[in-house]
Amino acid sequence: MREVQMDLISEEKLNRMTSMEKIRLILDKVKTGRIVVLESGLTPEEEVRLIEMTMTEIRVDEFSGIEIESYPAKREGSFVSRILGRGSSKGRMTVIGPANQLRTVEKDQYQISTKVSVGD
Amino acid sequence: MGVFESLRMSLGIWLSRIFGKKRARIGIYGPPNAGKTTLANRIVKDWSGDGTLGTVSPVPHETRRAVRKEGLVINADGASIHLDIVDTPGMATKIDFREFMAYGMSEEEAKRRAKEATEGVIEAIKWLDDLDGVLLVMDSTEDPYTQVNVTVIGNMEARNLPLLIVANKIDLPNAAPSRIKAAFPQHPVVQISALEGKNLDELYHAIAVHFG
Repeated sequence: MREVQMDLISEEKLNRMTSMEKIRLILDKVKTGRIVVLESGLTPEEEVRLIEMTMTEIRVDEFSGIEIESYPAKREGSFVSRILGRGSSKGRMTVIGPANQLRTVEKDQYQISTKVSVGD
Repeated sequence: MGVFESLRMSLGIWLSRIFGKKRARIGIYGPPNAGKTTLANRIVKDWSGDGTLGTVSPVPHETRRAVRKEGLVINADGASIHLDIVDTPGMATKIDFREFMAYGMSEEEAKRRAKEATEGVIEAIKWLDDLDGVLLVMDSTEDPYTQVNVTVIGNMEARNLPLLIVANKIDLPNAAPSRIKAAFPQHPVVQISALEGKNLDELYHAIAVHFG
């Protein structure tokens, strides 16, 4: 029986990392076939940089990209700070895996359902 | 960002909304095959009279370089805006060359296209840093909760930039633009068919009001 490794990374650990460290950690794990679940997710800026980095690392027959699923980000901060553009967009729980193994079955703003293929 | 920088930026946004921006640079974003280039061609044809901006094809990632058209003036119901529009390559999180072989390409051709498509996604992302707003084109027949849509919307919200969602392909029998409205209720949605030119007056009015 083939097994799939799933790494659930806590918010506490993510908060101690820089954006680049998070992206590198995710890509290194996903490229070895692991599924990564982030407790607090990525910010929208980090998500777009993750996609950008993924594109630079796609290789024929080795790595065709990622399946990444997150909920729409939450806008935080007071009304005044949001008016001033200082409210932060906080990422929510995110699941990321190799595109050839992870498939999204259904997704809405409250739930993400995915399937992981273990066979070749 | 400091308080004074925030105040300066916010004041700039408010003043430009009150007195009218001289020229807005708007990016057309969305997943592959959502109809971005069909829409870009429509806008260019309607407001400049020039030829098309890009080639339309059923093969995903037909647009692999961003294409810009400068100096468009859109007038709609008394509202007016000067625009530069940028038709960007489709955003994606994965690109597999085998997908292109299913459209009859040779392996070599498919691999070349896949490489160009990855470069196109990177270019589309880089353009996000240099825009005043985004037209996010979604296919009304598809699930709107794609990661591309969520990521583009999240980035526009984080940058406090205006976003107009275009629910395209409403001419198709299984189109359900109401799903898009329900998914992203905090943003305006205009339902169109870029292919058939349906509801484009409504779209132009929304562009002039929203980005002006």
